[in-house]
Parts: sequence; structure tokens; C-alpha cells
Amino acid sequence: MNKNDLISFAADYFPMFLRKPAPKYVSEAGNRVHGIVAEFNETPKVFHAAEMVRDAGYSNWDVHSPFPIHDIETAMGFKPTKLPMMAGAAAITGVSIGALLQWGTSYFLYPMVVQGKPYEAWEPFVPIMFELGILLTAFMCIFGMLALNGLPRFHHPLFSHDRFYKVSDDRFIICIESNDPKFDPSATRALLEKAGGKEIALIEDED
Amino acid sequence: MSAIHPDESLAQRMNGLQPGQQPGSRSTPIIPGTSDDGTLSEDPGKRAPCVLGDRSFEDVTNIVCGYAEAKMPKPWLAALTISSSIAALGTGMILYLIITGVGVWGLNNQVDWAWDITNFVFWIGIGHAGTLISAILCLLKQNWRTAVNRSAEAMTIFAVVCAGIFPGIHIGRVWFAWFLAPLPNSNGIWPNFRSPLLWDVFAVSTYATVSLLFWYMGMIPDLATLRDRAYMRLTKGISRPMAIPMPIGNDLVVPQLPKPDQLRVLIYGIMSLGWRFSSRHWHRYEKAYLILAGISTPLVLSVHSIVSFDFATSIIPGWHTTIFPPYFVAGAVFGGFAMVLWLMIPLRMILPNFSDLLTLRHLENMAKILLLTGTMVGFAYGMEFFIAWYSGNNFEFSVFANNRVNPNEAPYWWAYWTMIFCNVATPQLFWFRKMRQNPLVIWIVASFVTVGMWFERFVIIVTSIHRAFLPGEWHMFFPTWVDILTFVGSCGIFMTLFLLFLKFLPVFALSELKVVMPQSHTHDDH
Repeated sequence: MNKNDLISFAADYFPMFLRKPAPKYVSEAGNRVHGIVAEFNETPKVFHAAEMVRDAGYSNWDVHSPFPIHDIETAMGFKPTKLPMMAGAAAITGVSIGALLQWGTSYFLYPMVVQGKPYEAWEPFVPIMFELGILLTAFMCIFGMLALNGLPRFHHPLFSHDRFYKVSDDRFIICIESNDPKFDPSATRALLEKAGGKEIALIEDED
Repeated sequence: MSAIHPDESLAQRMNGLQPGQQPGSRSTPIIPGTSDDGTLSEDPGKRAPCVLGDRSFEDVTNIVCGYAEAKMPKPWLAALTISSSIAALGTGMILYLIITGVGVWGLNNQVDWAWDITNFVFWIGIGHAGTLISAILCLLKQNWRTAVNRSAEAMTIFAVVCAGIFPGIHIGRVWFAWFLAPLPNSNGIWPNFRSPLLWDVFAVSTYATVSLLFWYMGMIPDLATLRDRAYMRLTKGISRPMAIPMPIGNDLVVPQLPKPDQLRVLIYGIMSLGWRFSSRHWHRYEKAYLILAGISTPLVLSVHSIVSFDFATSIIPGWHTTIFPPYFVAGAVFGGFAMVLWLMIPLRMILPNFSDLLTLRHLENMAKILLLTGTMVGFAYGMEFFIAWYSGNNFEFSVFANNRVNPNEAPYWWAYWTMIFCNVATPQLFWFRKMRQNPLVIWIVASFVTVGMWFERFVIIVTSIHRAFLPGEWHMFFPTWVDILTFVGSCGIFMTLFLLFLKFLPVFALSELKVVMPQSHTHDDH
């Protein structure tokens, strides 16, 4: 992510503090161009189209589909997510918090004789260490997933496209963004047409 | 796929999409002359379809969203009225208990845990089916789970809500419940981390949190679908005004109020967090789902194990056994699946098109799980009894022989034999294919199992402690009207929450259903 992308990303969330960098492309109406979308109505078609866009060397683009398409990460050619590593780190943190909490309180702060067992015995601490490990992993999975996805984000240029609302039902949309280094208004449109896309349209960012 | 041109159908839909419309059936799934819907084939080389009736993606969206968008049906309103009244009664009982004290229950010096903990274990056990379906069956790649996972997860949450009430209120002085949490206080007192009761607090609260998050995460895309449909109707100007249903039949239209679709866009919009169905998002979403399934599997096994530690780590005869953790977990899955079936089979008959998504094959699979877990529970009952005799521990054996089994000695013999009949005998019907393929039979067995699983917890708790080592301490337990109405009230709370879920949230996991449909395959050849 270069500097402009970073500023642009932050400006999506904090428009009151940051202004987006000057757009590369402006529509006839004078609005910033978000990208070009093409519509598909069958899963195999959008899968092959994604392979074509990947082979053309684009990087800032996306396939919007009503359900997770099997193996789309290969067709789109992006790297697997780091989420499992993050979840693993959260699990270790949770188990450590559980160990410190129980050992610290039961050994140092408030030692109690329970059935004559030694204060430092670790065995009774296992269930709560386990539960806290699970709890933090679950938090990391869900909130980490949302953070990596940049959600919640209630406004997005794609929502200004009427046909985009059918994606949640049975349509597939490929959107190539204008901040992609290879983006070219005519060549990108031609690529999407060649890939079999219908209803190709320019998406404007009306901010 | 649809017979008319896709663009034509799109234009049609965008102009005339009414909320709550159900698509007509494309082909009748039932094979003439049988009750088979084409999913009951025993041929292992043939995979039964998960969605029937030659449905397109659009049909499935319309069916599932239709339930949430339709006007409130009259039977639903009637059911909600009854169940919410019962829930209010239960809430009143809880308030009465808190104001007056636990003496309003039938507890005595000997039986100091009775219906309260029975209800707690009963409800928490019911909750286990949801996580089992969404986690373990997900890891095992059992595609049929998509038909029931959303409603089973919802049922889990509501059952855990009901379960959480009882330990919360049985402690007597509810305003001291914060002592359960390890909070620094001016007395310098910390909870006893060596107590299974505290493990239970952590286990149940973790379970409630993780189940809730799992359920919510699964719903984000489907809520976005509901949001998009409501938004499309608003922009096309075909939204209905708000109408309040009246008892005499006609609806009172109030145009001054916001339209239902405006509320939907706002509420579903906020709840769906701006989900835009991006494949990069789906990739992380699926990974998160898989990890959650992976950690929920040991979690669901740990929760009921820890609940069983509440009993197993004490020295009371009848409780102090090592078989408890696996036996409790099997019982929980058993009771949970029974509740899922008990709720789903009537819905399958009432709601249009429901039986295309929840097929006979799904019911048969769940009946098989009932048979398996019921038999495991039966084995545990037998093994528990055998070890009571084989261990040579007279007290342990006496609990079984004289407190539970023998009608001449045990005042609670009827509870024990009800449990055996409901939990061990009735599921054996499912050895017969005709029985496990008949929804009515499954529903009746599920009702028996639900009753039996309540009695199992009652038998474990009350029959063990009503007679301790000294006969001078022996006491019977008699529930008071507050005991009974609190339990009935918790059923009302459960049903109220479930009815609200049915009406306002997506009852099926739409995006997961679409994945198991043949149209989702990425290659043309299959």
C-alpha cells in the first residue's frame, strides 16, 4: 500500500480530517471515478473472467458474489489471509491471561487452602485457561476478520450502482478500480467485454 | 434455471418485487404414490440434493427473505401473544423470587439444588446442538447442515439465555452475583479458581459469547441481502406503508410512521456492517468461519464436561463418577437435536416452500443422530449402574437401587423409569427406516426425548441428594407453584425469542445454501 492509497483509505473513514488525493480519472460529470464494473450471471463465467483479469495483471479489483465461490483465491490470485496467525496469537494471549489471572490471585493475592492441595498446582487452572484462550481466539477471528475487510463501512461507491444490489441475490460483479496501476478506461472496458461481462458501467465516487 | 431471459426477469423483479412474496414451486418434489421427496435414496454413489424443486438462487433468496418480509401472519401473532404472556409470567416469578428470597422455591436443607439446576442443565444441554451442527458438522463437511444451522444456532443462543437465568437467580442474593467475576474489591477477596462452579461461570459465559458471535457472523451476509432488497423496494417506490395488525382482521394503516422497508434498511443496514459481498472479504470470512468451527468443537465438548464437573467433583454418591463428562456431552447433543427437530418439523409443515430447503433426508440424518446419541446415553445409564455395583461402593449402589430403580424402595422410581423410557426406548424406533423417514414419528420421539432429558437431570440431581448418608437427613422435594411457573416461564422466554427470530431474521443461511446448490460450481462439466 503506497502513501496515496493509505491517505485514501484513511479518508474513507475520517473524511472530516483528511482529503483524498487528486483523482487519476474524472467522469464527465466531474466526479472521481471509482472503477468499472461488469456483470455476470453464472458462476463458471465469472470464475473464468476472474482468471482473465488476473492474467492481465490487475491488482486492485474484486469479484462480488452472493456466496463464497470455491477456490476464487486462485482465480483472482491473491495471497491467503494472515487471519490464522492472528488467531493463534490471540489464543496464546488468552491462555497466558488465564494462567496469570488464576496463578496470581490464588498464589499471591488470596491463597486459600482447598482440600489440602498445593497453592501452585496448575491442574485446576486448565479449564479457565482453555476457555479464555477460546474466547480471545473467537474475538480475534471475528473482529480481526472485520478489521482486515475494512468493515464496518456503511458507504461505498459501489452502493451508488443500482444493479449492485442484485449481487446479494444471484448476480456476480467484477469491479476493477481506477487506482489500479494498470487501469485504463478503454483497455479495462475492453478486457471486461472480452471476458464476457454484461452491463459494463463506470462507477463514480460522488463524494 | 429460470425459463425467461435473465435480463427480462431482472427487470420484472426490479419493478414488481413485493415484500414477502413466495415463488411458486417449479416441480413437485414428492414422488407420486410415496412420501419420498427424492432425497431418501440409499445409493451411496448418489448424493442427495440439499435444495429441492429445481430452485434458482433467486428463488432461494425469495423464499428465505420472504419469511422475514411477509406481513406478520395471524398464527404467528397468536403464538407470540401466548408465549410472550408466559415469558412475562416467568419474569414475574423471577422478580418475586429476588424480592422474597429462594424460600419461595421448594428447596429444603437436604435438597438444596432441585428444579433450578435441573432447568439450567436442561437448557444448556439443548443449546449444544446448535454449536454441534455449525461447528462439528462443518468440519466434517456435512453439507446437509446448511438447512438447519441458522435456526439451530439461534436456538442455542435462546437456550443459553434461559440457562443463564437459573444459576443467576438461585444464588439468593442476586446483587452479589458480581463476586463470581475476578474483580478487585476492597475486601481483597478473590474467587476460588479451584472450584468447578467458577469454571462453569467461565465456560458458560464463553460459550454464550462465542455462540452469539458465530451466529451473528454467519448472518452478516444474509442481513445484507435483506438490506439490499428493502433498499431496492424503496428506490422503486413499491414499499408498503406501516400497518398495525388488528385483532378483528383488518390492518390499521399508519402512513405517518416510517415504512417497514425504511426501518429494514436502517436496522439490517447497521447490523450487516456494510457487507458488500467482496471475494476478498469472503476469503477472510470463510477462514474465520473455519477457525471458529475448529475452536467451537472443543468448546462445545468442554462446556458440558465442565457442567458435569459441578457434580462429579463432589463426594455425593450418584454424582462422584468419572463417566459424567462424556455422558453429559452425549446427553446434551441428544437433547439439543430433539429440540431442533421438535421446532423445525411443525415449521416445515406450516411455512410455504420450507420443505424444499429442509428435506426428508435432513430429518432422517438428524433422526440417526438421535438414535446414536440416545444409545450412547443408554449405554452410559447402564455403565453407571454397573460400576455402582462393580466398584463395591455400597453408598453408590444404594443410590441406584434404593433411590432410583426399585419401585418398592425409591420414591422417585417413576422419574427414573420415565427417563429410561423416553431416552433409551423411544429412539430405538429409528432402527426402522420407515420410522426415521416419517416426520410425525420423529416429532413424537423428539417430544419424548425432550421430556426425558429434563427428567434425566432431575434424576441425577434430586434422587442423589434427597437421601444422604444419615437417614435422619432424608427429605423429599416438592416443587412449589413458583418452581413450576419459573420453569414454564423460561419455556415462554425461549419460544418468544424463537418466534421473533423466525419473523425478523433470515431463518436459513442463504449464502451457505447457495454454496451447496449445483449452480455454484465453478466448472460447467458438473
